[in-house]
Amino acid sequence: MSLNSVGRPTRPVSDVPGQGFASLTGGRGLLQDEALIFDRNSWDGTGVDLPAPESGADDLAGLVRVEPLRLPGLSEPETVRHYVRLSQKNHAIDLALYPLGSCTMKHNPRLNEKLARLPGFADLHPLAPVSAVQGALDLMDRLAHWLKTLTGMPAVALSPKAGAHGELCGLLAIRAAHAAAGQTRRRLVLTPTSAHGTNPATAAFVGYEVVEIGQTADGRVDLADLAAKLSDEVAAIMVTNPNTCGLFERDILEISRLTHAAGAYFYCDGANFNAIVGRVRPGDLGVDAMHINLHKTFSTPHGGGGPGSGPVVLSEALAPFAPTPWVVHGAEGFRLVEETEAEASQAFGRMTAFHGQMGMYVRAYAYMLSHGADGLRQAAEDAVLNANYIKARLSGVMSAAFPDGPCMHEALFDDHWLEGTGITTLDFAKAMIDEGFHPMTMYFPLVVHGAMLIEPTESESLAELDRFCDALLALAGAALAGDAERFTSAPHLAPLRRLDETLAARKPRLTWRPQEPGVAPAPLAAE
Amino acid sequence: MRFTKDHEWVALDGDVATVGITAYAAEQLGDVVYVETPEPGRALKAGEGMAVVESVKAASDVYAPLSGEVVEANGDLAGAPETVNAEPEAGGWFARVRIADRAEYDALMDRAAYDAFLETL
Amino acid sequence: MRYLPLDAADRRHMLGVIGAKGVDDLFADVPAPARLSAPVDLPRHAGEIEVERELSALAARNRPAGAGPFFCGAGAYRHQVPATVDHIIQRSEFLTSYTPYQPEIAQGTLQVLFEFQTQVAALTGMEVANASLYDGSTACAEAVMMARRVTRRRKAVLSGGLHPQYAAVTGTIATAEGMEIARRPAAVDAEADVLAAIDSETACVVVQTPNVFGTVTDVTAIAEAAHAAGALLVVVTTEAVSLGLLKSPGEMGADIAVAEGQSLGVGLNFGGPYVGLFACREKFVRQMPGRLCGETVDAEGRRGFVLTLSTREQHIRREKATSNICTNSGLCALAFSIHMTLLGGTGLRRLAEVNHGRARTLAGALAGVPGLHVLTPRFFNEVAVRVPGSAAALVEDLAGEGILAGVPVSRLDPSAGMDDVLLLAATETTTTGDIDALVAALSRRIR
Repeated sequence: MSLNSVGRPTRPVSDVPGQGFASLTGGRGLLQDEALIFDRNSWDGTGVDLPAPESGADDLAGLVRVEPLRLPGLSEPETVRHYVRLSQKNHAIDLALYPLGSCTMKHNPRLNEKLARLPGFADLHPLAPVSAVQGALDLMDRLAHWLKTLTGMPAVALSPKAGAHGELCGLLAIRAAHAAAGQTRRRLVLTPTSAHGTNPATAAFVGYEVVEIGQTADGRVDLADLAAKLSDEVAAIMVTNPNTCGLFERDILEISRLTHAAGAYFYCDGANFNAIVGRVRPGDLGVDAMHINLHKTFSTPHGGGGPGSGPVVLSEALAPFAPTPWVVHGAEGFRLVEETEAEASQAFGRMTAFHGQMGMYVRAYAYMLSHGADGLRQAAEDAVLNANYIKARLSGVMSAAFPDGPCMHEALFDDHWLEGTGITTLDFAKAMIDEGFHPMTMYFPLVVHGAMLIEPTESESLAELDRFCDALLALAGAALAGDAERFTSAPHLAPLRRLDETLAARKPRLTWRPQEPGVAPAPLAAE
Repeated sequence: MRFTKDHEWVALDGDVATVGITAYAAEQLGDVVYVETPEPGRALKAGEGMAVVESVKAASDVYAPLSGEVVEANGDLAGAPETVNAEPEAGGWFARVRIADRAEYDALMDRAAYDAFLETL
Repeated sequence: MRYLPLDAADRRHMLGVIGAKGVDDLFADVPAPARLSAPVDLPRHAGEIEVERELSALAARNRPAGAGPFFCGAGAYRHQVPATVDHIIQRSEFLTSYTPYQPEIAQGTLQVLFEFQTQVAALTGMEVANASLYDGSTACAEAVMMARRVTRRRKAVLSGGLHPQYAAVTGTIATAEGMEIARRPAAVDAEADVLAAIDSETACVVVQTPNVFGTVTDVTAIAEAAHAAGALLVVVTTEAVSLGLLKSPGEMGADIAVAEGQSLGVGLNFGGPYVGLFACREKFVRQMPGRLCGETVDAEGRRGFVLTLSTREQHIRREKATSNICTNSGLCALAFSIHMTLLGGTGLRRLAEVNHGRARTLAGALAGVPGLHVLTPRFFNEVAVRVPGSAAALVEDLAGEGILAGVPVSRLDPSAGMDDVLLLAATETTTTGDIDALVAALSRRIR
């Protein structure tokens, strides 16, 4: 078998010490326990006042629900309290440094939220006549201009809804270009071992076979291996740059030269564009397609897991195959190229209904205007400076995965330094929670053992960086001094202790379901 | 019982081989939460993927150690995947295969050879 | 540069700790020919005043739905979203948190997702639901590919009532994966047309109710026919409010139910972000795309929630994942869930009845305009109407009068041969005055 063991336990150790003091009711100060909305017998309630319907549904005989819809309804104050209590169990970038490598948890300016809520954007129907949406189309056009200028690429497809959706868009454009050129033999996509999981998943989704490219000892694409694997059967390479180890691919120009010489296209995973925006244009590196995560580089909020937005910039060769829709500016103002128009004859299709993530376009564009060309460049420099500062401060104690040379926007450590302590990367990360920080990205990239990938972003002040480094050094000191208990049973101070992920996966309970009407389900119990 | 370098075990009874993963593999995987067993009637070639075993954080392919036809899958694992951890080399078996070529079985490692192989890892 | 905390002294100090002479040292790995020595040719940074001025000017060149009589639908509907919803989703802990990969400090998001999944499962009448997808159209494409994994067949039959852009998205993505798409001709009331195209290679049949022309269909017989042929039934709903009144996809035998959830909590947003609802029968759960949240316990035995069954997903399964999807539409799912919690089952039913009542009034008024023909035989809150001449031209004309009169079919599907068909929706936000204004303007134009 392919022994795919990721070194982290997924069920908590039992017999962990409690918190010492217990309140009489189980309350914990400001941290309110909050039941599910289904636990409170509000099956007939509602928090919305509506008029009486002006007519019945007699015209829909036989088409109406037979079973009443059993969903609880809460009054407005109960609803507000429910969600505010829940919110207090979340970590957030507004609370403290959120150093998830590869995720780019930077400050989300509230001006952008305000502007996205202007009725002219938020209350605008996607299929209103184009004469009624000229400002929206103009904004999309301006955003496109900024994205093209910042990347040095001639075209952009705005509509993909997230990074992975952008990858799909890029590969579909590549496929269409090969098909148009009669290059039907090309069935392989090369991607480094360190790639994001979305890269091979997307390539396979489009029907390509994935071939991995090796990595050198200094964390870069192995050029010799790439050259050996390139052939007239290769459709594209997918390379992240800066890569997932937080390093710039020094040989990037040679990578793109070799790729093009083999007749393949260069797809760049732009997840880490935030490290180089304003200092490097991917178009100058020979990139043919690259998605841009607006929710990373251009600071649209992550929202607990989306919505994102993943526009894809395209080279001359791929631009004709971009999906509909797109905006064009003519004598009579802006219009949308939507379906089957002659000018879209080579478009590979459509990624989504309507035109993509307008709400994210407004936020990203406001962010770009605020920073300007100079500020975006400064932000990239500060992001890189912050990561190198963390790397410098922690390297004496923790083991950097690639100690030589600078990193880009994230600092990568391995678990070599924890050897013999009985503490894993997971344990160390969970102990960070007790110190008030969100853990870094763990066990990714896969090429580094027990990886800890730290991305501070440019949003952190020197004081906050020092507070973070001091906390990690204090933890590292405790780990090396043999205080394993602090780690293996961490977190102690979070709203919940370590959760039993094994139980969740073995006995999946994905919805609240009464055992019989009106009877709450029995609590789950650890095996 | 015979073993592969990919950590599968095979027990032969007549021409029917019972296949599972070794105690070492089960230990390395951690808590097994799901097993996708092959459908009876499926023809297997040695070395191809015949099952998938999942822990919470990883999915691993189990390769057919021998060629043949699946005659039975261990249906009990659907409700009790933890059996793979509790008794990997007994109740945690994955499938029974009617083998095509006895020579393939004879070519596999015996317990001593497998133990020696584990020492090298 | 108000978003950047470091000052020049900080930067000098930090470079000293790093042992670098200047920030250029940190970019030394960039090949010299690719280094930009100065900012690109775009405007320099700007203060809040300038940024707000530019964006406000752009917004002012759009006509929002609330500016006058408004009847657009076709997959995006205007509803009253309670003020509470937007207040809560702007809380820092929801707005500025990441995917809940560390469950101990993400129980807020996780419990919301568990509640959301339960709400979606109940609404669609299915056993399980995921934590949301990008939107209804991509959810539709994912459903088709999931059907392929379940049945190991390669053909999908799409009804002529499926939203044309959903069909286009599904066609783009599923054919790339090697599927064959059989789309039936556009038809106002012919969901059952799919029956003729079902064969032994059919992985799934995709129908929509209410369909893009507003027609409500009981698809139970289609489910039976699909099942008899070993195919799955995918039921699409683009107006989530209709699920409060109409038979649920699960009641009618659907195997997978997908819907656009934008109507609840999210708003129009010029088409995005929206929230895709995705639900199915429990036996297919391991073939589902997207994130799933599940219940468990912590080390002290307390109930808690985690992301689970992740081995289906790209970050673990890589090229063998069920989908390449990484994000969901978390904040929109939260908005949907809050709105649903405020409504409750009772309130959603009432809201749906109000919508239906408004639409009956609208349809009655349109039927009274000489030259107009209401085509939709059974509708929820949207009808297709035949107009004399081009529907698109009519819409542009009325927009000039400040009335957004609906969506011409030609905008969605120019090849449908329905250039004279207009889709009009009414919701609880539509007033009698709006309908009167529309009817008066139509009567003038069509005369």
